[in-house]
Parts: sequence; structure tokens; C-alpha cells
Amino acid sequence: MSFLEYRVKFVPSGLRKVLYMNWPLVVLVTAVSAVGFLTLYSIAGGRMEVWAGRQMKVFGLGAAIMFFIAFVPIWFWRNMSLLAYLVSIILLLIVEFFGTIGMGAQRWIEFGGFRLQPSELMKVTLVMMLAAYYDWLDVRKVSNPLWVAVPVILTLIPTVLVLMQPNLGTALIILMIGGAVMLLAGVSWWYFAAVLLIVVGAVTSVFTTRGTDWQFLHDYQYRRIDTFLDPTADPLGAGYNIIQAQIALGSGGWNGKGFMQGTQSRLNFLPEKETDFIFTTLGEEFGFVGVFSLLILYGLILVFCFVSALQNKDRFSTLLILGIAVNFFLYLAINLSMVMGLAPVVGVPLPFLSYGGSAMLVLLIAFGLIQSAHIHRPR
Amino acid sequence: MRRSPKETEDSARQVHRRSLLLGGAMTAMFAVLGARMRYLSVEQGDQFKLLAEENRISIRLLPPTRGLIQDRNGKLLAGNEQNYRVVITREDAGDVNAVLSKLAHVIPLTEDDLERATKEVKRNSPFAPITVADRVTWEDLSKVALNAPSLPGVSPEVGLSRVYPRDVDFAHILGYVGPVSEKDLAGIEAPDPLLTIPKFQIGKIGVERWMEDTLRGRAGTKRIEVNAVGRVMRELERQEGTPGADIRLTINADVQNFVQARLGDEAASAVVMDVQTGDIIAIVSAPSFDPNLFVRGISHADYNQLTENDHRPLANKTVQGLYPPGSTFKMITALAGLKEGVIAVDKHESCPGYLEVADRRFHCWKRSGHGKVNLERALSESCDVFFYEIAQKVGIDKIAEMGRRLGLGVRHDIPMSAIAEGIMPNKAWKSERHKAEWRIGDTINASIGQGYVLTSPLQLAVMTARIATGREIKPRLVHAIDGKVVPIEDQESLGIDAIALSKVRAGMYSVINAERGTAKSSRIVDEALKWAGKTGTSQVRNISAAERARGVIANEQLPWDRRDHALFVGFAPYDNPRYAVSVVVEHGGGGSTAAAPIARDVILSALSEGLPPLSAYPSSQRNRIASMLEKLPLRDADGALPSPSRS
Repeated sequence: MSFLEYRVKFVPSGLRKVLYMNWPLVVLVTAVSAVGFLTLYSIAGGRMEVWAGRQMKVFGLGAAIMFFIAFVPIWFWRNMSLLAYLVSIILLLIVEFFGTIGMGAQRWIEFGGFRLQPSELMKVTLVMMLAAYYDWLDVRKVSNPLWVAVPVILTLIPTVLVLMQPNLGTALIILMIGGAVMLLAGVSWWYFAAVLLIVVGAVTSVFTTRGTDWQFLHDYQYRRIDTFLDPTADPLGAGYNIIQAQIALGSGGWNGKGFMQGTQSRLNFLPEKETDFIFTTLGEEFGFVGVFSLLILYGLILVFCFVSALQNKDRFSTLLILGIAVNFFLYLAINLSMVMGLAPVVGVPLPFLSYGGSAMLVLLIAFGLIQSAHIHRPR
Repeated sequence: MRRSPKETEDSARQVHRRSLLLGGAMTAMFAVLGARMRYLSVEQGDQFKLLAEENRISIRLLPPTRGLIQDRNGKLLAGNEQNYRVVITREDAGDVNAVLSKLAHVIPLTEDDLERATKEVKRNSPFAPITVADRVTWEDLSKVALNAPSLPGVSPEVGLSRVYPRDVDFAHILGYVGPVSEKDLAGIEAPDPLLTIPKFQIGKIGVERWMEDTLRGRAGTKRIEVNAVGRVMRELERQEGTPGADIRLTINADVQNFVQARLGDEAASAVVMDVQTGDIIAIVSAPSFDPNLFVRGISHADYNQLTENDHRPLANKTVQGLYPPGSTFKMITALAGLKEGVIAVDKHESCPGYLEVADRRFHCWKRSGHGKVNLERALSESCDVFFYEIAQKVGIDKIAEMGRRLGLGVRHDIPMSAIAEGIMPNKAWKSERHKAEWRIGDTINASIGQGYVLTSPLQLAVMTARIATGREIKPRLVHAIDGKVVPIEDQESLGIDAIALSKVRAGMYSVINAERGTAKSSRIVDEALKWAGKTGTSQVRNISAAERARGVIANEQLPWDRRDHALFVGFAPYDNPRYAVSVVVEHGGGGSTAAAPIARDVILSALSEGLPPLSAYPSSQRNRIASMLEKLPLRDADGALPSPSRS
């Protein structure tokens, strides 16, 4: 549906777009990233050059990309959705066959000095693709089985590709993002009820087939689930991460041990302390108060996304912003659950905090899209 | 495609509804996360704080310095010497094999050393120093230091190890230390955490073992911060331990050295005691061994040499060796007889050379007999028949009671290893031990210290000291701990009639000083030092009637291990006793010829606290004694042995 269907009375142009950006979101994103820089600085024992400096450079680059994307009209991005989706799929295929394996089966390609994980990019382009699809689709056909099958296939292709890497965590997130956009677009509840039924059945069969020749998951995946269910059973092996993470979080107490005073992370007891488990350092050094403040910042980001989405009368923009918000939420909810011992350990970074170029860049690209939708919303 | 405004609005409303639903779910999830965080950090915070501390802090033990052992005059007997070792650290070395082979050109290293070091390096953390060579000489150590630039990761280290400067003299008293073994730990209920330090040295036998708790001291601790792989980040706090207490023994190192040298290569033992205090002045078992070999890790060849020696250098004969006391036991029989009134002090018995008891004939050592003898002569000439008569009348139980009172068949508690109780038999003992009835012949044999009676040299010395004083003298080996003198235990009177004791002592005086005394040639001419004693010759084989008829084979013609044991007990000075001595020479032949001369040298050494004065010997013996003393390998003041060229 073309933008011109609305009587667009006013679209800011040129540098004036800066004034029409969703500034609270920009500030919040920068604030959360700044918390990340501080934490990385602390983990490195007060040195910039190890992680914090690099992370700041990536943030700078990402912010530039975000502004660039924001200034390009949203309809351009909508028209690019299919292309972006296809490029992502091709990238996934490339890493499937030529990529580098490392760090628990994440795959990446070297890309101008840093590593790009296409699976990260996929999360955003899938949202774009589905939003564009539902924007194009006649509203009355949304729950028609034939037209439901299309987004299901669009979601399943990247899911299967990522699952083959193998990266269960990201695959599940892609699946859930697809589902969420479909839900928001108005697909009938019955489909979701049916899927839920199938999932419950599948989970049951996954566990009942364990140990047989036709078991569904890898042994290590079963072990991760075991570890999650009882981390103390193997305190030095698989349960080590979870136990040490909880010790770090818990030992922070009410207001924490103070900046740069965390012993767990500084002395290397914490695994992956600068990436997936960065939250534990935050908890150790700033305690419940610090963690709660971060949760509020995250919550505010989501609130501003929702407000922006619901203000927006363009269907593509609304679905895009909400999809990205869901994506953002899934990142942090899964990461925090994992770190706090509420979910099994899956490789999911904490948005804007975890050290790592791909996730940071992709997130800023996504927030660029949100800004673009916000600036160019029909008025 | 155009869309009606109504449709657009409917779909927008649906998106709103569903997004609010999703928003609600997200809010719920936030609430769960917040609650979980609160649970972890606020409710469980204290517990996790504790766990984090435990993670971070590691307590390392600082081994204390082991207490010194000195003789009664403060001469060092067991000390701690610095020893140098060369260690290698993998992370600093880089290519370990290359560095090790370079090191092998600098200091002598065996293939075994290199192989063991390579293995250990691989097994341990990259930052853990691994010992490549232990007990490196100062020269080799300086070579390593000099070549340090070309030997990355190699560094010299200093440690303390036990050293026994007077090696063989004190091997049996002090014992030695060695690394803690599983067996050592098994015996202790709550082991000192020090014992878990790898290669921590504890006393294995002797004073080192029995005074272990005193010598060890208490461990210090240092609290260090470690990271997840155990690397030490920094030291937080240090608490020095308490060094072990120094122990001063009652031994006089010079006398000990003299006695050890005097016994030489004989399988022999000698004990000298202060009869007033019970202080053991010297307690020597020969041959001995070098305890330093055990501390450093004894080689198989050396160890086999020690165990295969038929003179048993590893056995501590003074407390562990049990011998029939022979005629040295006669004082016990005499005192039992006097106490029970079966003999009067001056009554004479006749000795025809044998005694017929229950159809068996028991011979005196002198076949022709001693004729009429009283107690004094019976002791001085060691008439057996006289004591057969007493024993027959008194009975074994009274004799055994007297023996125990004088310290035979009783365990004397001094901090040495393998202290034997000996056997002071009576009727109950035989029926229990041998399930047989006590026979009169057993009593006859026991009366002259044969048969079932077994005593250790220490017990004989205690017996002599008690006879000399009439008090219950207890042997004492530890003079002072940490500068504080160990109090002497109360010495109660033995409750033996003073006249009886003085008669027995007079008999012992005659043994040495009477015209026909058995140890006449071992007399002391110095009036002030005149002494008393008793010879003993105990058979290690039965002499059959047939052999006796042919004539008993002289000791010299028998193989060494079939010869009689030679014994002597004595005290000096006779008038005012100060020291008691006991000497046992295994398979030495006769007590008067093999043991008594040694006993005289030993007690003179104790009296003069060093070399025996020549003036104490009869003039006819002085030349012989002087040349004998000249040849003895005695230590100088620092405890060093003379170099072979000088002797």
C-alpha cells in the first residue's frame, strides 16, 4: 500500500528530519550502550583498549548507520524488504558452506574488518519482510490458510538454516519473531492454539525419545536442559556457568560491590563475562539497584517503541516497529532468564551491553528503521 | 489496490489490541525478571556473597621451621639447612624441552630428572614452578644464575631441609624425617592441615617421630586472592606460623660420640645414665647408619646394604634388642632372697660345681665348684649354684616381682622407637604364653638370667641405677623443651632394705676390685672413681650333656652368631654413685673380656665428659689404652669427623 494513499500533509525534509526523530529513544539507546561501555571497562580491570574502546567504535559506526537509515524515507525501506530478506537468506547459505565456526557453533563471515553474523541480520530483515507482506496483503485474507502458509514458509526457511548451524537459541528467536508479527497482523487465534498444541506434543516426544536412536536433539542439547533443571548436579562442568553467574548476581546484594570491585568477573570466575554474561558483572558491581535501573531503561525503550508504533497509521511501519520491539524484548528476556537461572544457557547477547560487533550493528540498523518510520509517519 | 477507510481502521484497531496484549505479556516477563533479581540479590544476597568470597580467597599454609634438637650442652644434633633447588615455570619458559636440554649442559642432570620434570610440567598449571633439580650445590646454583638470560623460566629457589650434623652418632636416638605417607595420615584422626602439603617432612622414627608435635610448630597462613584457574593475583594477608620448639636432650654429644666410636663395628649397645636424675647421657647402638641418607631419599643399593648386614645397623639395640641378662641378673635373685629372708647376708653356701634339682643336674660355670661362698663372693666370682639355691627357696614369682621393681620386664617410656618391654617371667606368664606349667628348672635358669628372661640394655642400665641408689630412677631423654627444663619425676624409694642393697653393691664392688673378681682387669685405679659392676655371659645355644662331657667348645671356635652375648652392668663412683652403665656385645664371648673393658671406658668418658683420663687405668694397661684411644675416629668440636689421612 502506497504511502500516498494517506493524505500526507507534511513530511520533513533535509536536515529538519533531525528535529522529528524520536529523541527519547536515541537517548535511551545511548544510555544503555554507555552502561555497557562502563561495564566492559570494569571487566577489563580499568582498561579501555580491551573491550570498551572497540565497543565504542562499533557504537559510533552503528549510530552513523542508524542516522543514515532514519533519514531515508520508510517507503524506500519497505520496497527494499524483499531484497533485504533474500540477501539475508543468501548470506545464511554462504556461511552455511563457507563460514567460520567458533564459540559454540555461531557462524560468521569476515566483513571489512569485523565479523558479521547473518543470523543476527536475519532477525531484522524477517520482520521487514513480514511487515511488508501484511502491508501488501488484503486484510480480509489474513487468516486464510493459503495466505497464512506464505509467512510461515518465510519464517521457516531462515529458522531451518540457523538451526543447521547449529544455533538453537537464534533459531527459536527467529521462529518467535515470525509468530509475533503474524499474531500482531491479526492471524486467527486458532492457528496459534494449534501450533501451541503441536509444540507441547513435540516437547513431550523430544523428551520421551531421549536415549533412543531416533532422539530429536543432540546429546549436548539434552545436557544443557539437564543442567538448567539442576545446575548443582555438575558444579564444575556444565553447571559451572550458571552457578558462577548466580553467585555474581547474588553477591552484589542491594547496592553492589561498587564500580570495578566485582571479584567474580575480574578474577575470571565468570564465563563469557564480556559477552553473554555481561549482566552478571553489572549485578555484582551495582547490585539490585543497578540492575533494576537497567530494567527500567529497557522497559522505557519498549514503551517508546510501542507508543511510536501505535501512533503510526501506516501498517508497514506499525508492524515493523512492533516486530523490532519484540525482537529486542526476546533478546533481553532470554538473556536475562538464562543469566538468572530461569532458562537454559543459549547463546543470546544482551542488547546494547554485550561485547560484539554484529549484534550492536544490527540493533542500531533496526532502531534506524524505527526512526525512519517515526520521522516519515503519515500526519 | 485501494482499501476502504473502515477496513484500515479495523485492522489498525486489531493491531492495537494485539500489541497491547503482547505488551502485557512483556510487562509480566519484566515483573518475573525483577522478582528473580530481587530474590537473588536481596534475599539470597548474603549467602551468595559468602560463596563469592570463598571463590576468591584461597588460604595457603606457610610451613613453620622445625624445632632444633640439641644435646644437653646445646650442641646441635638436628638442624635445618638451606637447600637450593632449580625450578622451571612453563609459561615463562616457552619451549620447555629446549630450555631443559640447555639446562642439562649447565648443571648435571640425569635422563630421569629430565623425563620426570617434563612430565610434571605437562601435568601442572603453566604458572606452577616445577622442581627440576633438588639439593643443588652452591656452585651449580651460581652457574644457573649466571646463565639466567639464556634459560627463560628457570629460577633458583631456597628451601629448608633437615640435616643431622652428627649423622651416625644420633641415628638411633633422633631417627629421621621423611615425607608424609598415606600410612602416617591413616593413624591420625584430624590431621594437621600442614600434613597435606606435598612433600612435607615429618618425623618417621625416634625423637623426631615421638616429639613430632613439639618439633613441628604451627603453620602460618597467607590469604591470597586467586582467579578461576588458581593463579595467585595478590597476597591479602599474612600470618606467620609458630616455629617448632627446640628440644634439648639429656645426651652429652661428646660422650655419645666417644661411645659410638668405642663400640665401632661390633654389634653392640651401651647405655649410660645419671643415677640421680635418670638422665641418659649416652645411648648407643652399633653399628649405626647415616640418617641424612633417609632424608635425602636413600638409594636401593644403600638400603639393601643396611638391611642385609648381619650386625643389623637399622635395629636400635639399646631399647629394641632383647637379651638374656645372664649373670647380670644375679643381683635381682640376691635381693629377692635377702628380702624373703632365705639367705642371711653373711651365710655361706657350698658350691660343688652343680646342683641336683628334680633329677636334673644344673651346672655352675666353674665345673670344679667355688667351695664355700657367701653373697659377696658369689657375686664377685659369679657362682651360679649359690643363686640356684636362693631361687629354689624363693620361687620365681618373688624373683619376678623384684625384677619388675628394678625395671626389668617394664616398658620405659622415652621418646624412641620400637621400645621393647622384655620378659620378666612368672608362673602366670608361662601358663598364659606357653600354656604350660612352670617348672623348677625354669626357676633355676631364670635365677642366673637365662631361660625365659629377656631384657634390653636400657632396662639393665635402669636396674643398675636403681641398685646404686635404692630409688625408683626413671630414664629421661628430654632435658628441656623450648628452654624450659622438663621436671624430673618423683623418685620413690624402692622399699628395699638398705643393708641388703649395700651388700649387693659390695658384691658388685668385689666383681671388679676383689682378687678373684670376674672383671678384675677392668678396675679403675683412681680412688675417687672406683667402681662396681657385674659381668654377664648369656648363652644363645643350649649346651647338651654330651657336649659338656666332651668339654664345652670355646667361643672363639664357634661361628660369630653362635657365640655367647657379653654383658656388663656397673656404676661409678662406688662411694657416691653418679653414673650407671650397661653394655651388651652381641656374640662378644665373655662379659669380663668383651663387655667390661668397654663399660669402663664408657663410664670414664661419662665421668670426665669426654675422653677417659688415662690416669684412671691401671698403669700396666695405660699404653694399650692410649693407643686404642688414639685410633678412635672422634669428632672435633664442630661435630666433624677426622679426615682419613689423619687417622
